[in-house]
Amino acid sequence: MSTNASVIKPGHEGLALIRPELRYIVDMVKAGSKVLDLGCGEGHLLKALQQEKRARVQGIELSETAIQECVAKGLFVYHGDLDEGLADFNDKSVDYVILTNVLQVLHRPNFLIQEAARVGKQCVVSIPNFGYWRIRFQLMFYGTMPKTSNLPYDWYDSPNIHLTTLPDFRRFCRSNNLEIVKEIDLVLGDAVCKGVNAFPNFFADYGVFLLRQSD
Amino acid sequence: MITQDEGSVGIVETEYITFAAPPNEMQLECGRTLGPIALAYETYGTMNADKSNCILICHAFTGDAHAAGRNHPDDPKPGWWDNMVGPGKALDTNKYFIICSNIIGGCKGSTGPGSIDPSTGEAYGLNFPMITISDMVNAQKVLIDYMGIKKLLCVVGGSMGGMQVLQWTVSYPEMVRLAIPIATTARQSPQAIAFDAVGRHAIMVDPNWNNGNYYGNPVPSGGLGIARMIGHITYLSDKSMHAKFGRNLQDKTEPEYDFVTEFQVESYLHYQGDSFVKRFDANSYLYITKAMDYFDLAQPSGELKRELARAKAAFLVVSFSSDWLFPPYMSKEIVSALRRNNVDVSYAEIQSDYGHDAFLLEVESLSRLIVNFLEYATPRGEDADEY
Repeated sequence: MSTNASVIKPGHEGLALIRPELRYIVDMVKAGSKVLDLGCGEGHLLKALQQEKRARVQGIELSETAIQECVAKGLFVYHGDLDEGLADFNDKSVDYVILTNVLQVLHRPNFLIQEAARVGKQCVVSIPNFGYWRIRFQLMFYGTMPKTSNLPYDWYDSPNIHLTTLPDFRRFCRSNNLEIVKEIDLVLGDAVCKGVNAFPNFFADYGVFLLRQSD
Repeated sequence: MITQDEGSVGIVETEYITFAAPPNEMQLECGRTLGPIALAYETYGTMNADKSNCILICHAFTGDAHAAGRNHPDDPKPGWWDNMVGPGKALDTNKYFIICSNIIGGCKGSTGPGSIDPSTGEAYGLNFPMITISDMVNAQKVLIDYMGIKKLLCVVGGSMGGMQVLQWTVSYPEMVRLAIPIATTARQSPQAIAFDAVGRHAIMVDPNWNNGNYYGNPVPSGGLGIARMIGHITYLSDKSMHAKFGRNLQDKTEPEYDFVTEFQVESYLHYQGDSFVKRFDANSYLYITKAMDYFDLAQPSGELKRELARAKAAFLVVSFSSDWLFPPYMSKEIVSALRRNNVDVSYAEIQSDYGHDAFLLEVESLSRLIVNFLEYATPRGEDADEY
C-alpha cells in the first residue's frame, strides 16, 4: 500500500472521510467510462473513479495548489477557468461530465451546463440546496444571511454567487433541454449523509442529479 | 531542506562525442549537410540495468551542457539548473540518469559557426549552415542512440529547451515516455522574432562583426552586448523590474544629469551585456535565434493539432503567469492541440512575477510538479489493465 497520504484508499471509507456525497457520484458512474470533472479540486473524486471504476479521467481546475495535488495523484488535469467553456472538447466525447458543488460559483452557470451537455453523453451535477429548512429558518427568524455547514461563508466573501433550490434547478434543467435521469437528495453530515425522500426541498441540503440531453 | 552542498552532484566532467564525419554528414532541414559534428554533454546519476531511468534535459538559448555541479572545485558558480538537478532534487540523481546535451550551432563545445570548417581549415563563420530546432534534436538523438537508450523516461526543458522537448515528441515519438515543456511555445511569435531581429541587427551593424569573419580579431562585443541587453528585458517583467531595481540610482544618491549609468536597471543590463560577450559567440547568437524564429511545429500543414498527432508521450506543460515572451496562452495552445488529440496532458500555470526568468527561479513549485509527474504519471497504454 502506498505510504503517500495524498493517495486515497479505494473503497467507501477513503472517500467518505473527504466528502461523503461523492460516494453517490462514484456509484452513478458506469465502470470503464471516460470522465471529465469540472472544478475537480484536489482530484479525490477522479482518483476514486480511476481506482474503483477503472474510469479514464481528466479534470479542469482553477487553483494552482489543487493542480499540484492532482499531479501528485498521477491525474491529468488542466489549469483553467471554467467560465471560458470547453472549446477543446468535441461533442459527446466523454461519457460523464461532472460538476460537483461548482455550478454556483460560476459567472455563467447556464453557459457551462450547456457546454457540459454538449461534451458529455451524461452529466452529473451536484448543488447545495438553498431551500433547506435551516437556511429558511435563519432568514425567517433572524433575518440574517444564512450560513450552514456546506454554505459556511459570510455574504461578502462567499464564492457562491449563483445559489439555487432543488425546484429552481429542476426548472433550470428543463429550460436547458436536460432530462433528469436520476435525482438523489441528501442531508450532509460530518462523514455520513442520508437520503431524503419526503419534502426534499425542505429537508435536503444537497442534491445530486444525473442529466442527459433530451431528444 | 537540502543545502547547496548536500544536493550537489559534485565535480562533473563535460564529455563529447563526434559523429557525421564525411562522407556521412548529417542532413539538415535547410537542405545542406554538416559534418563532422561534435556534441558536448554531461551526465549525472547512474543508468539502471534496463536503461529505463534516463532523462534528457534540453537547455535554453544561451545555456550549455553543464546543468549541474561544478567542473572544477573552484568554479564560482554551479551549472545552470543546479537547483533542479542533484541528489534529492526534482531531477533526482539518486533515482534517475540525467543527460544534458549541448546544441549544435552553439559555442559551448559543440560544433557551431566558431568551429573549424574541415574543408577550409578556418572557422565556419557565415559558411556554417542554417540550423533548426529539429536539427538540434536529430543531433541529440545520435547521442541517445550512442548511449544505447531505446526510450527516454522524460525529456524536459524550458524556453528554447521546451521547443526541443516538443520537437522530440514528434520527431521520435516512440523514444519519449514523458515530456515536460516549460515556458515555451509551439511556434515562435512575431513579437519574439522581432526582438531576435533587433538583437541580430545590433550584432550585424557592429563593424567588428565583418560579415562573421572576426575570429582571431576583436569580436563584435558592442553589438552582442546590446543583443543581450534586449534579451534580458524580455526575460524580466514590469513587476520584477520594480521589485529588483525600482527607480533606484546606481551607487549614488543624487542624479548626475549626464549620460552615465544612473539607474540600477541600466547598470544591471550593462553588466549582463558585458559578462555575456565574454562567454558567448556573436555568430552563435545569430544562428540560434534564427533556429528559434524558424520554429513552427504547426508546419507543414499549418495545423498544430495535426502535426502533434504523432506525439505519444504523456505531457506536463508548465507556464508562468507574468511571462510575456512565451505567455501562458502559448502553452495553452500546445495543451489544446494535445487534448484534442486525446493525449494525456496536465497543464499548470504557475503564479509568478519573475517573467520568463521564472522557469529558472520558481524552483519550489516547479520541483513539486516535476517530482510528482515523474513519479506518478502513467502514459496511456502502459497501465497493467488497459481499458
